[in-house]
Order: sequence, then C-alpha cells, then structure tokens
Amino acid sequence: MSGLALQNVVKEFGTFRAVNDVDLTVPHGTFVCMLGPSGCGKTTLLRMIAGLDLPTSGAIRLDGEDITRVPTHKRDLGMVFQSLALFPHLTVGENIAYPLRIRNAPKEDQQRRVDELLAMIHLQGYADRPVSKLSGGQRQRVAIARALSISPKLFLLDEPLSALDAKLREAMQVELRQLQQKLGITTIVVTHDQREAMTMADTVVVMSGGEIRQAAPPVEIYRRPADSFVADFIGQTNLIEAESDTLGHVRVLGQPVPGLSLLPGAAKATLSIRPEDVRLTAPGAGALSGTVTFIRDLGGTIETFVDVAGRQIVAVSTPRARPEVTVGQRVGVALTPDCCVVLRK
Amino acid sequence: MRREPAQTLGDYTPLLFPAAMLTIFFVVPFGTMIAVSFFQRQQGGFYTPAFVYDNYARFLSAFFGGVLGFSLMLAIAVAVCCVVLALPFTYLLTRMARSVQVLWLVALLSVLSLSEVIIGFAWSTLFSRTAGITNILVALGLMGEAQALTPSFGAVLTGMVYQAFPYTVLVLFPALVRLDPTLTEAARTLGASPLKAFFTVVVPALRNTIVATLIMVFIFALGSYLLPQLLGRPQHWTLSVLITDQAIYQSNMPFAAAMAVFLVLVTLGLVALTVIAGRKGEAA
Repeated sequence: MSGLALQNVVKEFGTFRAVNDVDLTVPHGTFVCMLGPSGCGKTTLLRMIAGLDLPTSGAIRLDGEDITRVPTHKRDLGMVFQSLALFPHLTVGENIAYPLRIRNAPKEDQQRRVDELLAMIHLQGYADRPVSKLSGGQRQRVAIARALSISPKLFLLDEPLSALDAKLREAMQVELRQLQQKLGITTIVVTHDQREAMTMADTVVVMSGGEIRQAAPPVEIYRRPADSFVADFIGQTNLIEAESDTLGHVRVLGQPVPGLSLLPGAAKATLSIRPEDVRLTAPGAGALSGTVTFIRDLGGTIETFVDVAGRQIVAVSTPRARPEVTVGQRVGVALTPDCCVVLRK
Repeated sequence: MRREPAQTLGDYTPLLFPAAMLTIFFVVPFGTMIAVSFFQRQQGGFYTPAFVYDNYARFLSAFFGGVLGFSLMLAIAVAVCCVVLALPFTYLLTRMARSVQVLWLVALLSVLSLSEVIIGFAWSTLFSRTAGITNILVALGLMGEAQALTPSFGAVLTGMVYQAFPYTVLVLFPALVRLDPTLTEAARTLGASPLKAFFTVVVPALRNTIVATLIMVFIFALGSYLLPQLLGRPQHWTLSVLITDQAIYQSNMPFAAAMAVFLVLVTLGLVALTVIAGRKGEAA
C-alpha cells in the first residue's frame, strides 16, 4: 500500500505510556492533522514517524516497507520543528541547500533547486541573507523550503505555526494547504489549534491520553464526533444527558423529543448539540423551557446563554437572525432529532 | 535595558577597586619586568639599572628561536588535542541526564584541584618501566616486555593535555548546553547521519566558542614549566622552563625578564592574528 501506516504503535517512557496502541493509515498524498491537548502523545507519535524516538512496540510502514528501525537520516523526510531549527551559521540559501549538500548533489543542481524553492516561498533574492535577519514569517517559509528541498516522501510539521501572530498564522495555514495540494506530498501536522486542523487537513486525527479518539475528515469530525471528548474539543458544543424509557421514547432534561432514538440497548446517552443548531422559540409545547442568563454580542455572532433546569445551553446566531430576547426572559429551546448527535459513552 | 552613560566622576567609583587591584597586581609587576628586561646584568646575581638591548640580542639566537618554536608548537598541539577530545565529550555529556553530568563535572573539578607536581609525578609513574601501564599491556599479552614511555614528547603532551582537559570541558560546557538540541535533530531529519550532523551543524555553529577555547588552552599550556621537566628530555623544555632556569638557578633576572616579555608579545601577536582571522571568516 502506498502511504504511511502505523500498526499497534506503543511508546513508553519509564512507566508512563505516552502513546497507547495507535493504528493509523495515511494514504499517499493526504494531509493529516494530529490534534489534541498538550501531553496527548501527538508530538511523540510524530517523532516516532520521523525516527527521532523508537516505538516501544508496534510497526511503522512507509509505502509497504517497514521503517520502524530505519535511522532518521535514511528515511528521506522533511520535517519542520516548532523552534524551526534553522542553522544559524548558514545563509538562507545554504539552509535550503543543506539536505542536498549532505547527499552530495552537484553544485548546479543545488543552486537550481534553491532558486526554485525561494520562488515558491516568495523570497527570491534572499539566498545570501543570514537567517537571523529574517522576520518570523520569512523564517517559517525558509524552514518549510528546507524541509521540501529533496522532495521528501513524508512532510512532517510539529506545531509549525505556533510562533506566528494570529493574522500571519491564518494566512500561512492557507498557503501551506495550497502548497501541499500543488506538490501532492503526504503531510502530517501536529497542532493543538483546531482552526488550523480544520483549515488544512484532509483527515483530522483527534488524540487524547495517548490514544486516537477519532480520525475523520474535518466536517465529519465536527458534525459526527465519535465521543464527548471529540465533540467538546472540536468547536463549541452543548453536552446534554438524554434518557430513554422502555418504549424507546427519549426525554431530554424531562422534555420528550419525538423522533430521536439512542443507541440500541442504551437507556442513557450524552447528546452533543452545536450552538448554531439551537433554536430559541417562544416558551411552550415541544421545547425545553429556560431563562436567558447572559448575551454575548461579538458583532459577527451572538451567543445567548440559557439556563434549562440548571444546565447551561448556548445558542449562537448571526446578527440577521438575532433572537429577540433579553436577560431574564423565559424562552423555549427547540430540539430537533437531526441536530442532536448521540455520543457513545 | 539601556543604561545611562557615566556622567560624573562619582559614577566611576565602582571601577576604582578593580582598577586599583589591576594596577597593583598586574600593571606594576609587569612594568617592573619590562624595565628589568633592559637592565644590565652584574655577575653574582644582581643587576644595575640601565638601558641595554643585550638581553634581547642574546635571545635572538638559533637555540632560543628553536625553544620558542617548540614551546609554541607544544602549546598548539595541547590546545588542538584538548579541543578535539573535549568537544565530542562535552557534547555527549550535555545530552546525558543531569545526575550523570554533575558526576562528571565533579570528577573534572577534582582533577583541577591536583597540582602540576602531582600530575607530573603520577604520569611519570604510569609511564615508567617498572610500575607503568606497559605492564598491563604485557599482562594482557599485547606487548613483549615492559618499557619506559617517559621521558618523551608523547609523555609531555599527555601530561599537559590531562592537565588542561578539565578547563577545556568547563569552557565548552555552557555553550554546548545552550545549543538548541533540535538543530541536530533537524540535521538528522534532513539526511545527515549523527556524525555528519555533529560536523556540519554543531561544530560550525560553535565556531567562535571553539576558537576562544583554543586560545585559552594555548595560553594555559604556554605557561607550563614543570611537566616538560618531569616528563620530557631537555629538548622538550619550553621557554617557560628556560625562563625559570634563568630567573631562579642562573640568577639572571634581566635575561629571564626579556624572554618573558618576548613570550608575552609573541602570544599576544598570535591571539590577535587568530581573532582577526576569525573576523574575516565571519564576514565571508
């Protein structure tokens, strides 16, 4: 199979299990974002793919070949580090040419490739500058160009954009995604920023506690989270308990929701309802009733906090669909089966 | 943070104490030595104030030229050996656990506490025929019969490298600790074997530190006068040995002073050259 495959990969540091039995397949040419809170094992997983750490057990295959014990420098990777790790004693051009120089490529080829890459990252004419004279965004591009200079089989990035300010980061996300699509290179990015993952990835891999909680395309991760951790970690959500009676009628906070069914055999479940799916109505039949406790008007979106039987439910709307409510007003919260995602326990 | 430049005389008072110490313990003795180097020697160990170049003229002979050349060569050899050994050692040391680092640093510091005399006699025992390390090689069957390794150039070099090695490690250690460990990891992901990464990233990134360390060990080795006598033959004696000989045993202070001044000038010249060459390399 062409691409990267992780099979039962485990990494232990002493008694601590940083990565617990991870299986993952990354088809050739896809862009994968590993997303999770700090300490979830995503960086350790990336370092094992790079060969900087050895798995305690399990196998890593690249294009069908077992590379678990192949030393890093023989894996033909490109990697961008969080610190960027540009070589301070080399110029921009020398940094980009480093992987070629190490492989004893002819001088003319090195020169040609450096020119190509500098054009690609819009830094023509910067070849002879010392890296210390570059701005943060420029260094970022040089680190990316250096990692791509041998056209690697795998392109790995560890929190690559975390040092940039918010505006530049968003612009670089788009640029990185476009670059990856143009080159068709298998790419794995580690990030804790879910916007970054949603922007760039073909597949988002959500990790927690050393395990993969869900690996799916961004929209599916958002619309169909596998469990409450994923639902809560990706975007904003309302997690509400639901219970089912023996006849299969489901009640949410005491209010029956017709048409909704829980997983077979389960009497209780947690529902995830995205704030933009929560519709506020007049209090009355067919809706949960609650009290507005707070309104956060952010200009572009309006968040309305409603207290329903001691549970806080957030509704988000656009200014055009602004709900005509004030703090303290009694309102109805309408739930429809298609906006409730039933989560596995 | 920017500081105001000193405005009044009072702002310079913190400098008074170090300035006074420097004057009393360095400028005055060194000035005295320069003055003595031009004095006229009297037979019987005394000298009279004068202004003669005889002491310097005597120095300009093939013999002393040879000794000076040997001293510089020995000091350079010690400096190069120390850095070549200490750089990989210190690099690996900085990658180890904190407790291992502390253990090694304490061991190295304890070597520093040994005096030159003890180091000299210890090595002359280790290099002797009767009790030396060659007996171990004989016991292992690697050698036919035990032999004396001292006096020889190798013995002098070994003793001096041993003496200067802890200094070298201690000077290199902070720079290597500060070196970003992801630099070598990056080099490895980009296709460099660990050895290549060391030579293409660690060594060039630390170029200035390495040059500074070479100069420091060079100057340190230039002043060594006991080890060449304890472990070497007379042809391995350095200029420092001759200076000691002239000053103490021949009681020829003016000539000893002249040699010392000359040694200082040559040393300063070499250090200046190194620094200038370093600047040029940086600009290129």
